[in-house]
Amino acid sequence: MSADPAKVPVAASGASVKASRLGLRTVALGYLFLLLLLPVAMIFYRTFEHGLEPVWKAMTEPNAVHAFWLSIELVAIAVPLNTVFGIGIALLLERGSFRGRWALGLVVDLPFAISPVVVGLALVLVYGQAGWFGTWLSEHGIDVIFSVPGMVLATAFVSLPFVARETVPVLHELGTDSEEAAATLGANAWQTFWRVTLPAIRWGVVYGVVLTTARALGEFGAVSVVSGRIEGQTQQLPLYVQDRFENFDATGAYTAAVVLALLALATLLAMNLLTRRTRSRRAV
Amino acid sequence: MGARSASLLGRGLLGIYLSVLVVLPIAALLARSSHGGLSAFWREVSSPEAQAAIKLTLGVSVVVVIVNGLFGTLIAWVMVRDEFRGKKVVNALIDLPFALPTIVAGVVLLALYGKGGPFGVDITFTRAAVVMALLFVTLPFVARSVQPVLLELDGSAEEAAASLGAGRLTVFRRIVLPALTPAIISGIALSFARALGEFGSVVLISGNLPFKTEVGSVYIFGQIQNENLPAAAAVSVVLMLFALVVLAALTLFTRSRSKHVR
Amino acid sequence: MAIEVRDVTKRFGTFTALDDVCLRVGDGALTALLGPSGSGKSTLLRIIAGLETPDSGSVQIGEEEVTRAPARARGVGFVFQHYAPFKHMTVADNVAFGLKVRRRPKAEIHARVEELLALVRLDGLAERYPSQLSGGQQQRMALARALAPEPKVLLLDEPFGALDAQVRAELREWLRRLHEEIHVTTIFVTHDQEEAMEVAEQIVVMNAGRIEQAGAPRELYEAPRNEFVMSFVGPVNRLGDAFLRPHDIQILPGGDSSPGSTEALVRRVVHLGFEVRVELTLQDGRDVWAQVTRDTTQELEVEEGQILTVRLPAPRVFAA
Repeated sequence: MSADPAKVPVAASGASVKASRLGLRTVALGYLFLLLLLPVAMIFYRTFEHGLEPVWKAMTEPNAVHAFWLSIELVAIAVPLNTVFGIGIALLLERGSFRGRWALGLVVDLPFAISPVVVGLALVLVYGQAGWFGTWLSEHGIDVIFSVPGMVLATAFVSLPFVARETVPVLHELGTDSEEAAATLGANAWQTFWRVTLPAIRWGVVYGVVLTTARALGEFGAVSVVSGRIEGQTQQLPLYVQDRFENFDATGAYTAAVVLALLALATLLAMNLLTRRTRSRRAV
Repeated sequence: MGARSASLLGRGLLGIYLSVLVVLPIAALLARSSHGGLSAFWREVSSPEAQAAIKLTLGVSVVVVIVNGLFGTLIAWVMVRDEFRGKKVVNALIDLPFALPTIVAGVVLLALYGKGGPFGVDITFTRAAVVMALLFVTLPFVARSVQPVLLELDGSAEEAAASLGAGRLTVFRRIVLPALTPAIISGIALSFARALGEFGSVVLISGNLPFKTEVGSVYIFGQIQNENLPAAAAVSVVLMLFALVVLAALTLFTRSRSKHVR
Repeated sequence: MAIEVRDVTKRFGTFTALDDVCLRVGDGALTALLGPSGSGKSTLLRIIAGLETPDSGSVQIGEEEVTRAPARARGVGFVFQHYAPFKHMTVADNVAFGLKVRRRPKAEIHARVEELLALVRLDGLAERYPSQLSGGQQQRMALARALAPEPKVLLLDEPFGALDAQVRAELREWLRRLHEEIHVTTIFVTHDQEEAMEVAEQIVVMNAGRIEQAGAPRELYEAPRNEFVMSFVGPVNRLGDAFLRPHDIQILPGGDSSPGSTEALVRRVVHLGFEVRVELTLQDGRDVWAQVTRDTTQELEVEEGQILTVRLPAPRVFAA
């Protein structure tokens, strides 16, 4: 890869500017290479070093397949919820005028400030056996903690902010003129939203959805607390990676990790394509 | 259904969603940590293992943000002011830690720097491993917050200073660095908040040795497993407060600055 | 359709944007709301459109009381300073928007869009996107879009404010002619007194949330009710409490010393084409300027540094 400092073309100029520039470049790329690229490349190598057969075996392992589909299921529930509510939150934050807007902003940003483990603990304290709703839930035969609903809650919690946070600046930039124009032209609130607002903010929303999906797919700490990590039942992919690793099944762990890494790379690609679509994006 | 009632229904649903998901759990956490009063809270927080975990978390987080401040700024500078083949790819890959699941980050670092790695080094179960894992997951914050500022700083001020006879180091110290400081601080604050709570990337590589490599989040996890919820809740609240204070300070800082600039 | 605004007050926090405003606009009239920024003119327009709600007072369009009616139910066409195009729609779709949300038949929409695009001279550009149009074209598209649902009244908020001088002049002329053609009751907001004088049949001068005076352009110019209107509509010299129009200052041929005349030093002569600005210092030390024609300066050989005789008109003094 071109990031390899060894392959960076050496500028022949003797000017000290060039030399120091090259020096800085080498240090920066060297850091990225050692911390980021080489380790990621390494697991791809480790995964496939004994050929495709063990990889295929690891991938078709029933528990692996189950973990994969559970991950998809969690994403399929958490992402649409956070998309719909995220857009709603963004509209309230940017267009609404009500007391306590700051509180809404705080609630939405909380997942950024809280450790995933703490998220898991907080959910246990409400929905777990000894939690606030524990007795009521078990009387009605509803399992939340150590079960899929709890994992859905954990996944949704940690991936809550992205759509809202990506949509707010786009809404701000759009301004209210075109929505007001739609209103004077006879459009009701629904028509204005679907025909004017949503098409104008769509790339911001999609960017938020991509980030939400990545976060939901990769969530570990919170689900680790609430899932109980029951093999073949409450293990999604990241939990499965840990399980395999701790059971000294390196191939199983690496294979699942590679699947997740590929999904991350796809996310990265999507992010870059979308950044080109939205001209003035702020830094993440 | 009228627009007004639809909007009310939407707000109601949103209220329920946020309550079920965020507000009630956080309230339960706060309630639990203050269950036995301040003295009980303090007893949990000041147990030797908890103290060690909190101190270690703060310590490694400080180290991590210092390294991040330096390298993040450097990376941003190279991405904006330097030209080389493959820059676009490298630039895109900087975001990888945001996209990569944290447990995968841990596995990836173990594959290279763990036992039996190609370099013959083994950092597993050391504090260096914790720092490295945190550096990995927080890598993009400073770089990504400095990059746009550097892009806008079009170099004319630098050229002007240079034309006035300022040396390169002086130009950097007097012109470039002050302009970048807010972005660096913002990136550092976000890194710090993230490092305080990080779990997935640390859990495999650190070995979770109490008093040595056990960070706050891992301690909390252990206490949950031991069904010692009061201890878990108390330390959780401490970590959360640190993160909130840092983020609130950042918000105030950016707000006062933007007022100053306008 | 006539518009009647009664006792409207609107505050934003502690700022009073409109203070007990009453306004009547006749059916089919072309009216300008003229005033400096912050005078409340845009707020008044937005209250008529239903984009803001007044704190007190009422708005009536035609026979209908609309104070609490939403914008979409008022039958107003609104044009924004920055055009407010729907950027993801073609020009034709922009114009068709008001008809589509009313679920009109396709054929009718198509015919109406064609007709309107011809009216605003954008016929060939129906399939373009707003970003491919110039500012003037975008504003004409916005006008066609506002006219499509056949509004009862047309409201324009600084419609030419974002355009350069030449396009602005063209569009003014064009708006005037459009109004003659379709005769829809029209109110436009402007801070440019020349634009108001040129386009409107009636001008409403606003200041600090109040209406200072309403009337025909000539009436405002010749009989301003107070010093604000006097100084905002047309050029003015201020001498203490008194006001004079620069073109009322006469420069007299040398030797003329008829009553009411006085001597003045020419400080500067500014040639603006046919019009010439002569800046003078009067005997008593006060500065004024006179607006004269090029012919006068040539005839009288007015030069800088010269001392000549001028006659001042009886100045207007407004009661405080």
